[in-house]
Amino acid sequence: MTNNTNPQVPEQTTDPGKIQDHFDLFHTDTYQDLFEYKRQFEGAHSPEKIQEIAEWTKTWDYREKNFAREALTINPAKACQPLGSLFVASGFEGTLPYSHGSQGCVAYFRTHLTRNYKEPFQAVSSSMTEDAAVFGGLNNLKQGLQNAYELYKPKMIALCTTCMAEVIGDDIGAFIQTTKNEELIPADLPVPSAHTPSFVGSHITGYDNMLISILKTLTEGKKAESSNGKFNFNLGFDPYVGNIRELKRILGLFGIDYTILSDNSDTFDSPNTGEFKMYNGLTTLEEAGDSINAEGSFFFQKYTTPKTQEYIAKEWGQKTYNFRPFGIKGTDEFLMALSAITGKAIPLELQQERGRAVDALTDSQAWIHGKRIALYGDPDHVFGLTQFLLEMGAEPLHIVVTNSNPEFEAELREVLTNNPYGQGATIWGKKDLWHLRSLMFTEPVDLLIGNSYGKYLWRDTKTPLVRIGYPIFDRHHLHRYPTLGYQGAINQFNWIINTILEELDRNTIIPAKTDISFDLIR
Amino acid sequence: MTTVIDKNALIQEVLDAYPDKAKKIRAKHLNVTEADASDCGVKSNKKSVPGVMTTRGCAYAGAKGVVWGPVKDMIHLSHGPVGCGYYSWSGRRNYYIGTTGIDTFGTMQFTSDFQERDIVFGGDKKLDKLIDELEVLFPLSQGITIESECPVGLIGDDIEAVSKKKAKETGKPVIPVRCEGFRGVSQSLGHHIANDTVRDWVMPKADEYRKLPDGFEPGPYDVNIIGDYNIGGDAWPSRRLLEAIGLRVICQFSGDGTFNEVVMTPLAKLNLIHCYRSMNYICRFMEEKYGIGWLEYNFFGPTQIAYSLRKIAAQFDETIQANAEKVIAEHEARMQAITAKYRPRLEGKEVMMMVGGLRPRHVIPAFTDLGMKVIGTGYEFGHGDDYKRTAEYVAEGTIIYDDVSGFEFEELAKKLKPDLIAAGIKEKYVFQKMALPFRQMHSWDYSGPYHGYEGFEVFARDMDLAINNPTWDLITAPWNS
Repeated sequence: MTNNTNPQVPEQTTDPGKIQDHFDLFHTDTYQDLFEYKRQFEGAHSPEKIQEIAEWTKTWDYREKNFAREALTINPAKACQPLGSLFVASGFEGTLPYSHGSQGCVAYFRTHLTRNYKEPFQAVSSSMTEDAAVFGGLNNLKQGLQNAYELYKPKMIALCTTCMAEVIGDDIGAFIQTTKNEELIPADLPVPSAHTPSFVGSHITGYDNMLISILKTLTEGKKAESSNGKFNFNLGFDPYVGNIRELKRILGLFGIDYTILSDNSDTFDSPNTGEFKMYNGLTTLEEAGDSINAEGSFFFQKYTTPKTQEYIAKEWGQKTYNFRPFGIKGTDEFLMALSAITGKAIPLELQQERGRAVDALTDSQAWIHGKRIALYGDPDHVFGLTQFLLEMGAEPLHIVVTNSNPEFEAELREVLTNNPYGQGATIWGKKDLWHLRSLMFTEPVDLLIGNSYGKYLWRDTKTPLVRIGYPIFDRHHLHRYPTLGYQGAINQFNWIINTILEELDRNTIIPAKTDISFDLIR
Repeated sequence: MTTVIDKNALIQEVLDAYPDKAKKIRAKHLNVTEADASDCGVKSNKKSVPGVMTTRGCAYAGAKGVVWGPVKDMIHLSHGPVGCGYYSWSGRRNYYIGTTGIDTFGTMQFTSDFQERDIVFGGDKKLDKLIDELEVLFPLSQGITIESECPVGLIGDDIEAVSKKKAKETGKPVIPVRCEGFRGVSQSLGHHIANDTVRDWVMPKADEYRKLPDGFEPGPYDVNIIGDYNIGGDAWPSRRLLEAIGLRVICQFSGDGTFNEVVMTPLAKLNLIHCYRSMNYICRFMEEKYGIGWLEYNFFGPTQIAYSLRKIAAQFDETIQANAEKVIAEHEARMQAITAKYRPRLEGKEVMMMVGGLRPRHVIPAFTDLGMKVIGTGYEFGHGDDYKRTAEYVAEGTIIYDDVSGFEFEELAKKLKPDLIAAGIKEKYVFQKMALPFRQMHSWDYSGPYHGYEGFEVFARDMDLAINNPTWDLITAPWNS
């Protein structure tokens, strides 16, 4: 133990180039001694006790207790509705996402999206406090809409609610109308609104609720006699800006006229020109308004957009299609359907890309064949990933979906049952990442696929982690790559296969012990 | 843009974009410092203007994310729907030593994940059951705090009653923190509420809960570090300095702190507080209740470190004072080498800052040590006493902005063209798109520590790498230049 009353001679050099930051400073003896000395005041358990409990958490006994819980949620893989709502709104031209409630929520939404994309994300709130809790949020909303309109000059304000507004029962539809009647904002300013309490559904529910409201608002009275010859495409809560750009490239190669419903590829990846642009949503209000006259609408996330699809089918009388253009087969199905529906041939360039992607998969497949995988994420995200894993001969084992639903589970179960590599798979709906920890300790896997929160599971279980999903905070630029189409298949395959190879290197690195297999060529 | 008059005119120009009512409110929060002012002349701790982009958070963020969250061996439950806990999960880089999930819980998210039925029927029963589940799965936790989210307060749950019952059953502290997001105007009230729960739920039972180290005897040099959240490890170099001058730090509250340390605090002779805003309340209480004095210190940059060490040492005897001089002297050569290297790269560079807590004032001398000048500063959620304390740090002509809106900050930056902006994650990329160098001063941009002598070295390097980043020269394409 450090003799604490004597001054410590600093471990310093006079070379100003030798600066130690947190990555190495705290590993030095000085700080290790300091931590040891501090421990006497911490009232901590003995190292033996900590070790004993740590080992116990890896057992079947702990797993059973862990799965018996009914009230407690630990490390859930889901966020709340307004996040999805703001996300989808930001893909429209000149649109200011607005959250009606306490201001803390919007600070969190902005922070979360910013951390994932490393891009500015602009949204406002009603800044409601105790007085609004008692008297309702009408005054906050009136002032908020007026201020937001005058200051930020939006073409549309997309308004969602928070828990607070929902619990006190604010009638936002009426509030918006009052604001317009009092001429605080122009009567013709589109203000779509959605009820998005955090205690219902998750971020994907909020996505659906806002998308339907935006489409309703913008298409009102726009139904024409005949089709505009276009097709609508929606990607759902898809964090990869590369996917929207890849889809547009594919549609361009086909020569298909299209509207992306919520194109936020520039919102979350705008060029640095030395000038800050507040709005970067690429779907114009005019295009969105005309989407009612399209030939049909394609959705890539079935379980993120159920209400929107129902609305489009019923109210617009439009055909809706669900495809998952992920992996080879998923992309094949999508392209064939696209070709059949539009009457346009599958472009040669895409056919060649397919050949290259299959070639890449074939070259490397041996390294992934039979590998046991744990994965988690949103329902649609997990679905596409599972199908891709199966076609590579990998074996999904634990599939955790916190914001699950029975329909999704049934559909995924059927896919797994009908595939030789899906036989051992279990779907864990409504479970969280602390459940997954137990699963991974009792039935270990070779690989974990999920967002950045998976790094804690990587640390605890030492299972290599491939980061795919949202949010990804601790690796840079992954959102720029497409994960859909044949190019996306190669990207995802690259991340997976090279993680496996990295792990092999890590496991064969000890000289004269394991490095017999430290091969140069793999 | 040099005179006070010019800058006042600039403020007026920025305000003109607001509707009348908002303009009138915001005008009171912007000012230019005049010579010898004893205050910054701005109103603060008032409601944010609705519909305007504020950087502020809420009471929940202040209580869970700041004061209680970093107490590492307790479970901090986000009580209510899933969102608040999810977004505040692992966001603040409160470094700690411990085995996560076993005896420490800092980077985990615990939530009661309210569903509609919990809103309708109330969440107290669920809370009761949930605490039993926590006890089964995390037997080594040293207690539980319950941070209530908006709906919990609105539906009228009695979390205090549940807490009392469960504390009795588990024999561990269970502390209800009424920090619903709609309370107050910013995270600041959340700090206050969390401090009050220490006063009401912890201190009265401190003697009962406390586990004294073997052979522990209270000593004349026992101090507490209060209000250092150990962002990037800040509290550790600070602790090291205090121990180096011969003091015995018996508690860190709350960065890398434990519940036992919190209940050790009444045994100290002096509370040393870094973030005045978030934890002055508990220091005042301990002064009143236990007669423990408190002292603010500033460990940013060698000038303030030396000043603070001497100020702290002056509270003790000559041995400590001599030690302080020795420690300051020991670091002098190294600090000179650092400034000699970095000052030529940073001399005269102008900075605009906007952060929370203590940083809008405390970091200014560290910039000065590097030859840099802060031309604008302000707090997200400061109060009048923060702005009073700021006056001694700022030069005449400094623009002060309280709860600055995104719009105001951007317009002021466009006109004043600083060489560096130091604010938070929500602002970072806005300004980088304007080709303005930026450092996050909540999280140290994932670097750190910035406190203490080692911290200043990292700080100097980081300011250099931000301002002298060669990619700023790439923004304009050669064919456009």
